[in-house]
Amino acid sequence: MEEIKLMKGNEAIAHAAIRYGADGYFGYPITPQSEIMETLMAEKPWESTGMVVLQAESEVAAINMVYGGAASGKRVMTSSSSPGISLKLEGISYLAGAELPCVIVNVMRGGPGLGTIQPSQADYFQTVKGGGHGDYRLITLAPYSVQEMADFVALGFDLAFRYSNPAMILADGIIGQMMEKVVLPPYLPRKTEAGIREESPWAVQGKRKQNKVNVITSLELDPALMEENNKRFQAKYRNIEETEVRYEEFHCEDARYLLIAFGSSARICQKVVELAREEGIRLGLLRPITLWPFPKKIIEAYSDRVKGMLSVELNAGQMVEDVRLAVNGKVKVEHFGRLGGVVFTPDEILTALKEKFQI
Amino acid sequence: MELIEIIKPENRVYAKPRLMNDRPMHYCPGCSHGVIHKLIAEVVADMGLEEQTIGVSPVGCAVFAYNYIDIDWVEAAHGRAPAVATALKRLNREKMIFTYQGDGDLAAIGTAETIHAANRGENIVIVFVNNAIYGMTGGQMAPTTLEGMASSTCPYGRDVALNGYPLKIADLLAQLEGTCLVTRQSVQTAAAVRKAKKMLRKAFENSMAGKGTSVVEFVSTCSSGWKMTPAQANQWMENHMFSFYPLGDLKNVE
Repeated sequence: MEEIKLMKGNEAIAHAAIRYGADGYFGYPITPQSEIMETLMAEKPWESTGMVVLQAESEVAAINMVYGGAASGKRVMTSSSSPGISLKLEGISYLAGAELPCVIVNVMRGGPGLGTIQPSQADYFQTVKGGGHGDYRLITLAPYSVQEMADFVALGFDLAFRYSNPAMILADGIIGQMMEKVVLPPYLPRKTEAGIREESPWAVQGKRKQNKVNVITSLELDPALMEENNKRFQAKYRNIEETEVRYEEFHCEDARYLLIAFGSSARICQKVVELAREEGIRLGLLRPITLWPFPKKIIEAYSDRVKGMLSVELNAGQMVEDVRLAVNGKVKVEHFGRLGGVVFTPDEILTALKEKFQI
Repeated sequence: MELIEIIKPENRVYAKPRLMNDRPMHYCPGCSHGVIHKLIAEVVADMGLEEQTIGVSPVGCAVFAYNYIDIDWVEAAHGRAPAVATALKRLNREKMIFTYQGDGDLAAIGTAETIHAANRGENIVIVFVNNAIYGMTGGQMAPTTLEGMASSTCPYGRDVALNGYPLKIADLLAQLEGTCLVTRQSVQTAAAVRKAKKMLRKAFENSMAGKGTSVVEFVSTCSSGWKMTPAQANQWMENHMFSFYPLGDLKNVE
């Protein structure tokens, strides 16, 4: 049954995974997301649901464990933070190339390099533009509350299995560390072998005599066949772009100016909208929930109705490029960000809005 | 025995293993991979495990192992097969999981995954083909290339001052608490093949009995990479490889 608890975003991910009936978690400690594996280890789900939890020797090993588990049709996941995600990118490319479903959590911190352990959104490009090698896309969900940290585990697995594609939960250190009330979902049963053979006939579960062999690979040396594989991936990505765009509008209906922000930035921008409206500025907030597929149609639609858009991000200007592509020059688009782990205040953002658009 | 007698099925002493696919192999003449594949196919069939065995193939010459043995396979990234196999086994405890890896895959890029999977005592079999060279990429130096042995990236022979020493990784793995069997075999003679098959079967039995990690190293030839005829390569292996990589069990816990 559902339960209401007070917990950190990272802890919510762990509890949601157990309750969703995840089969395996493979991780390596890194701040600010270590509570995910710590919570799983403390909960001992192998004694209750049978979920496997394993601390790997590296992020590289962890993502390849995910690859192995996903190959057998299981619901498997990993989590890390920015430098660790960089290490996982080879494996993520293989997962995309082999069309394997899984959930990967990135609780972003400031970079580049070892950077800082403070929150950041500087891995937007890395996540939605590929990151690893080859033409692939990651279904990317951006939670802005502890509730969404919990909810997106289920949504991530559902989308990953529906499209045979890895899904990323792109959070940041604020969402991971802050505590909020969260409604935890009821427990779902884990997959059975019979269920896997039925729902995921491509999975390696041992070749039955009447069946063909299953081989999980991203290798195809014949370029003509490899092009066909790529065309199939691209057709799938176009389908996801048509079907799975998710966003939320906040006071957009009469807005003259629009903030575009995701994750913790969107949370802060809700306050900015309130402050602006107290001063008589008709400001709205459009929050992309899926960063890929990006909600470009709705942003394009607003370009006829507003005087300007401000992309507010904890980075040097990444999502703003996708906003500009969406509006295609029809309206002025500016960016405001803080870098390297510094978080903006609502007042700072409001001041930036007024300056950039001479309000 | 007359020829007519010899070809009768009841007098047959050898047949293509049931699980070997009818497909031309991409391996070079004289390569050890073909024989090792055959042994795996035989052991899986002999033990009746074909419906529950999943192989993990490497990056290297054996990248296409999945084309030759009629079981389910997962093709791993370079060096990561033991991590892939770890999850496969932990999430599918009743299955038989083995990795098939070359020296570059297992003892260079995948050293961490190899050591940690073995140290955790994962109930998997690691088949390790050591031909002291990178075959698929064209004969470059491997972690196991012998001192003085030439390759395309040490054309004047491996100089330990420059490249360090060849790595006896099986010896290292034998030291770990998680391994139950670490054995070094070869397949250049009928007698060696028979012995190797016995140890490979032991490894598979250990895995299904949950005894820990079993490692079967095959000291092998690469006639193309070594630039020798298959017969010369076998002779060179016996004369040079066996003294540095002596055959036999390094660890065999009953």
